[in-house]
Amino acid sequence: MERFVLDVAHLLAGGLVLVSFMLLYQDRMFALLNVFALHAVVLSLSVAWQAYIQKAPHLYITAGIAMALKAVIIPVALHRVVVALGIHRSIETVGGIGPTMLAGIGLVALSMVVMLRAAAAADPLAREDLAFALSVVLLGLLMMVTRRNAVSQIVGFMSLENGLILAAAGAKGMPLVVEISVAFSVLVAFIVIGVFLFRIRERFDSVDVQALDDFRGERR
Amino acid sequence: MATIATLWCLAALFGTAVLAVALQQKRIATHLIYGLCLAASLALLAISLVQLIYPTLPAPAATLPVGLPWVGARFRIDALTAFFLVVINLGAAAASLYALGYGEHEEMPGRVLPFFPAFLAGMNIVLLADDAFSFLIAWEFMSLSSWALVVAHHRDPENTRAGYIYVLMASFGTFALLLAFGLLAGPGGGYGFAEIRAASHAPWVPGLVLGLVLVGAGSKAGLAPLHVWLPLAHPAAPSHVSALMSGVMTKVAIYGFIRLVFDLVGHPVWWWSIVVLAVGSATAVLGVLFALLQRDLKRLLAYSTVENIGIIFIGLGLALAFRSDGMGAAAALALTASLVHALNHSLFKSLLFFGAGAVLTATGLRDIEKLGGLIQRMPVTAFLFLGGCLSISALPPLNGFVSEWLMFQAILLSPDLPEWGLKLMVPAAGAMLALGAALSAACFVRAFGIAFLGRPRSSEAQSAIETDRMSRTAMGMLLTLCLLMGLLPGFVIDAIGPVVQAHVGARMPAQSASTWLSVVPIAESRSSYNGLLVFVFILVSTLAAVRVIHSFASSALRRAPAWDCGYPEPSPATQYTADSFAQPIRRVFSDVFRASERVDMPAPGDARPARIDVNVRDQIWETLYAPISGWIAYATEKMNHLQFLTIRRYMGLVFGTLVTLLLTVAIWP
Amino acid sequence: MALIVELAVQGLQMLLVLAVAPFVLGFTRKLKARLLRRRGPPIIQPYRDLLRLSRKEVVLAENASWLFRSAPYMIFATTWVAAALVPTFATGLYFSWSADLIAITALLGSARLFLALAGMDVGTSFGGIGASREMMFASLAEPAMLMIAFTVALVAGSTQLSHVAAFMQSHAGLRVSLGLALVGLIIVSIAENARIPVDNPATHLELTMVHEAMVLEYSGRHIALIEMAAALKLVLYISLIACIFLPWGIATNGDGPVAYALGVTAYVGKLMASSVLLVVFETSIAKMRVFRVPEFLGIALMLGLLGTLLLFVSRSF
Repeated sequence: MERFVLDVAHLLAGGLVLVSFMLLYQDRMFALLNVFALHAVVLSLSVAWQAYIQKAPHLYITAGIAMALKAVIIPVALHRVVVALGIHRSIETVGGIGPTMLAGIGLVALSMVVMLRAAAAADPLAREDLAFALSVVLLGLLMMVTRRNAVSQIVGFMSLENGLILAAAGAKGMPLVVEISVAFSVLVAFIVIGVFLFRIRERFDSVDVQALDDFRGERR
Repeated sequence: MATIATLWCLAALFGTAVLAVALQQKRIATHLIYGLCLAASLALLAISLVQLIYPTLPAPAATLPVGLPWVGARFRIDALTAFFLVVINLGAAAASLYALGYGEHEEMPGRVLPFFPAFLAGMNIVLLADDAFSFLIAWEFMSLSSWALVVAHHRDPENTRAGYIYVLMASFGTFALLLAFGLLAGPGGGYGFAEIRAASHAPWVPGLVLGLVLVGAGSKAGLAPLHVWLPLAHPAAPSHVSALMSGVMTKVAIYGFIRLVFDLVGHPVWWWSIVVLAVGSATAVLGVLFALLQRDLKRLLAYSTVENIGIIFIGLGLALAFRSDGMGAAAALALTASLVHALNHSLFKSLLFFGAGAVLTATGLRDIEKLGGLIQRMPVTAFLFLGGCLSISALPPLNGFVSEWLMFQAILLSPDLPEWGLKLMVPAAGAMLALGAALSAACFVRAFGIAFLGRPRSSEAQSAIETDRMSRTAMGMLLTLCLLMGLLPGFVIDAIGPVVQAHVGARMPAQSASTWLSVVPIAESRSSYNGLLVFVFILVSTLAAVRVIHSFASSALRRAPAWDCGYPEPSPATQYTADSFAQPIRRVFSDVFRASERVDMPAPGDARPARIDVNVRDQIWETLYAPISGWIAYATEKMNHLQFLTIRRYMGLVFGTLVTLLLTVAIWP
Repeated sequence: MALIVELAVQGLQMLLVLAVAPFVLGFTRKLKARLLRRRGPPIIQPYRDLLRLSRKEVVLAENASWLFRSAPYMIFATTWVAAALVPTFATGLYFSWSADLIAITALLGSARLFLALAGMDVGTSFGGIGASREMMFASLAEPAMLMIAFTVALVAGSTQLSHVAAFMQSHAGLRVSLGLALVGLIIVSIAENARIPVDNPATHLELTMVHEAMVLEYSGRHIALIEMAAALKLVLYISLIACIFLPWGIATNGDGPVAYALGVTAYVGKLMASSVLLVVFETSIAKMRVFRVPEFLGIALMLGLLGTLLLFVSRSF
C-alpha cells in the first residue's frame, strides 16, 4: 500500500512535468490554452492526492481553487480575449523545438541532481516530488524565455506558479498554502488584465469601453 | 620465440619494400610484391592467432641493440598486442589479396609499391614496441609511409592538399604522444614500458597524459574535432590503402590509446570517462551526419569510419568508468564490446572500401550522383557491398549487431555507477549511440541505393563491367568472416578474454559453454543473444514462404515497363538523387549543418531550368582551424622581422638571453 | 516428450501471430468504416485479398534486380521471426531467449532497410520519396525505441521479453518511468506502423505516401507478402505493448493447456481492445505534414531519454 501511494504521487508529479513539455511543444494559441487547462487539472489532482495522503483537508481547497480558477476560468477568459482582440493565432518562438526540448531535458536533469543532493537527508517521497516541482518551475521559466508572444509568456508564468504550488503542497506542514495560492492567482489575474489593457490602449488609443462599442460600427 | 619469428617477418616486409624499389616498373612487380606482402601478413596472422588463443605459450621479449643507448629497442607480444596483430594482419592480408587484382589498374606503381610493405611493417612494429622510443619511431614511420601513399597520385591538387593536412595533423599527434611519454618516463628517462608501469607519478600527471593521448592517438584514430584530415586523406589514397588506413591504421591508434591509458598510466579516475564518453558520442553523431551529405563514395566511407571510432571510444569510456569504480565484470563487458567492434569495423570497412575501389576501376567515378544500376552490371560486387552495408548498419545476424548489442548491455549496467556526472552522461551517450546506429543505416541505404540500384545516371555507369577475381575473392572472404563472426561470436569473445583480463582485471564468462552457443554477457536470466538461431529462423522462414507460395499459390512472372503510377519517365534524371535522399535528414538536423540554400526560380514563361544551390560548410573548419591558421600566419608574419635585423640587434638578442638565464639562476631558490 | 510439447507450443505461437494478423487488419478497417458511418468491408476481407494476390501473376519492371524479387521474402521472414519472439499468450517459450528486445528492434530495422532498398531499385521518383522519408522517420524512431527498451530493461532487470513480462505480472506498479515509456512506445508504434498521423495506410496521393510509395512497383505474391509483413508488424507492436504494460492473463511456460487457452483468449481480447483504441485515435486526428513528424518522434525520444535518466538517478522512479 505504501508503495502504491508513493507511485501514484510520483505518477501525478511526473505527469505534470510531461504536460509542461507538452506546453513547450505547442505552436498554436488555442491548443496552448487547452494544454494549460490540462496542466491545471493535473496539478489539482496532484494536490488533492497530497491532501489525501497527508490528511490535510485545507489542501483540498487549494486543489479546488486550482481547478476552478486555472482549469476553467482563466483559459476560458483568455480564449475570449484572444478571439476578441484578434491576437496572432500562432506562437513565434526563439529557437526551434528541438533545442528547446533538449534544454528542457537538461533542466530536468539539473533539478534532479540539485534536489537529490541538497535534500539528501529528507524523506524520499517529499524529495523526489520536490525534484519534479523544481523541474516544472524551470520549464515554466524556459517557456517564458523562449516565446515572443505575450500570452504564451503569461501561460509560462502560470505554469511556473503551478510548480510552486506543487512544491508547497508536497512539503508537509507548510502553513498558509491556501492563502498563498489565492494571492498568487490574484496576482496573475491582475497581470493578465494589465497586459491586455495595455494592448487595447496601444491598438485603439483608449480603453473606454463605450468608444470600443461605437467603433464596432454596423453590428446592430 | 614468437617475437623473433615476428621480427623476421617484418624484416621480410622491409626486404619486399627494397625489392619494390629495385624492380620499379617491371611487369611482374605488382603481383610479386603484393604476393610477398600477402605471405608475410598471413604468417604474422598465424603467429599472432596462436599467441592469442594459447596465451600460456612463452613469448620472451626481444631487444635489438638499436635505438636509445640505455634502453635498446624492446619488442614483446602480450595479449593486447596479439589481438591487435590479428586485426592488423587480417586487414593487411585482405588488402594484399585485393591489390593483386586492383594493383593492375595502377598507373604509377612505382609510387605505391615500395611504400605498401613499409606501411604494413610500420604498423606491426608499433604494436610490438615495448619501449617509448621504438613506439614513437614506428608511429612516425607509419605516418610517413602512409603519407607517401596518399600523395601517390600527386598530379591532382586535391591529393596534395590532403597529404599536406595529413602530415601536419600526424606530426602534431606524434608531438602530443612525445609529450605524453615524456611525462610518463619522468626525468629519470625510464622509457621502457616495464619501467613506466613500475614508476609512480605525481597526481596531476595521469590526467594530463590522458588529454595528450586523446589528442595524439585520437587525431590518428579520427576523434572530433581532430578528424578533419581523415575525409581528405583516406579518399586520396589508392583503394586498398584507403581500406588499410580506415580499417586498420585507426585500430593502431586505438591500440595506442588502450596501451597508454589502460596499461601504462595506472588506475583511472572517474572523470576521465566523462571526457572520453563526451568526445566519443560527439564524434559518433557528427561523423555519421556528415557521411549522409557526401557525394564522394570514399569520403562517405571515411566519415563513417569517424562514426565507428566514436562508438569504440564510447565503449572505452564506459570501461574506464567501470574500472575506476571497481566494477570489474561490467568493465570487462564494455572493453570486450569495444575490442569486438574494432575487429568488426576493420572487416566491414575494408570490404566497403574494396567495393568502392571496384566501382572506381569499373566506372572511373567516385561520385555516386553519376552512378546507378550497377547491380545489374556488377552483380557480385553489388552483393558483397550489400553485405558490407548490412554489417555496418548493425543488423542481425551479421557481426556489426553483436558489438552494438554488447555495448547496449554495458550501458544497461551503468546505473550502479555512483558518481552523478556519470549518471547523467551515460544515458546521453546511450542515446547518441542509438541515434548513430539508426543514422548509419540511413547513410548506407543512401549509398547503396543511389550507387548500385535504380537506373544508370551516366554513360560510365552504363558501361561498367564486373571486377577481377582477386578483388571478388578478397571481398568474399571478408563477408564470410563477417557472417561467421555474427553467427558464432562466442569464440571471438572467449579469445579476447585474456586481453580484457590483463587490463581490467576481470573477463566475461566463457561463452563456449553457454547453451546453443549464444552470447550471455552476465547471466542467462538477464539477457542473451543467439545469432546462429536467429539466422536459422530467418533462413527457414524464407524458404518456407518461398516453398508454400510457389507450390500453392502462383510462381508466374512477366516483365513489363515500370509502373510509376502510370507516367513512367524515360530519363534517369527523374530518379531520386543522393542530395534529395539526404534532404529530409539534413533539414531535421539543420542546426548541426548550417547549410545555406539558394533557390533560383525563373519567372513563369521563362524556359530556363530552376537551380538550387546547397552549401554545407564544416563548422569545425571554420570555428577551430581557420582561426588557428590565421593566428599562426599572423605570428609568423610578425616573427619574420627577425630575419632582417642588424648585427647589433642580433648581438642584443644573444646578450638579452644570457642575462635572462643568469637572472633565473640567481633568483631560483 | 516434453521437448516435443515445448516445440509445439513455440510453433503454435508462430502460427498464431500469422493467423491473427490479417484479422486485426480487417477488424481495424471495419471499425474505422463504422466510425465514419460507412458499412466497410467484411472482417475476413484481408484473408481473401492475400489469397487473391498470391495467386496472381507478378508483373516485374524490366530493370528490377534480384534484390527487388527477394526483398518481399526477406521482409516477411524477418518480421515474422521478430513477431514470433514477442510473448503473446505465454512467456518462457522454448526459443524465447535467443533474441531480446534490442534484437527484435534490429530485426525490424533490417526489414525496413530491405523495404527502402526495394523502393529504390526500379529507379522511379516515388520509390525514392518513400525510401528517403522512411529512413528519416527511422533515424528518430529507432533511437526512441531503444531508449524505451532501456527504460523497461532498467525497471525489469533484463532485456529478455519473457523475463520482462513475468516481472511486470508480479511487480505491477504505476511508475513514472513506465508511464513515460508507454507514451513513447505508443508514439513509436504509430510511426512505425504507418498509421495516421504519421502516414496514411489508405492513401493514393504522393504527398501523403511513405510506406505505399516504396511498394508501388510490387504486384501479385510479392505485395501479398509485404501486406502480410505490415499486418505482422502491427500485431508485433500491439503484442509488445500488451506484454510489457498489460501483462495480465499471460500464462507461464509449463502451466498446462487450460492456462494457455486463457492466455490466448486474453491475448485476442487485448488485440481487439487495442484496435478499438487505435481506430478511435486515428479517426479523431488529422495527418501531420511530413516535417512535423520528426518533432513528434522527437517527443518519443525525449520521453525515452527522460525515463532512462530518471531511472539512472533513482531506482524508485
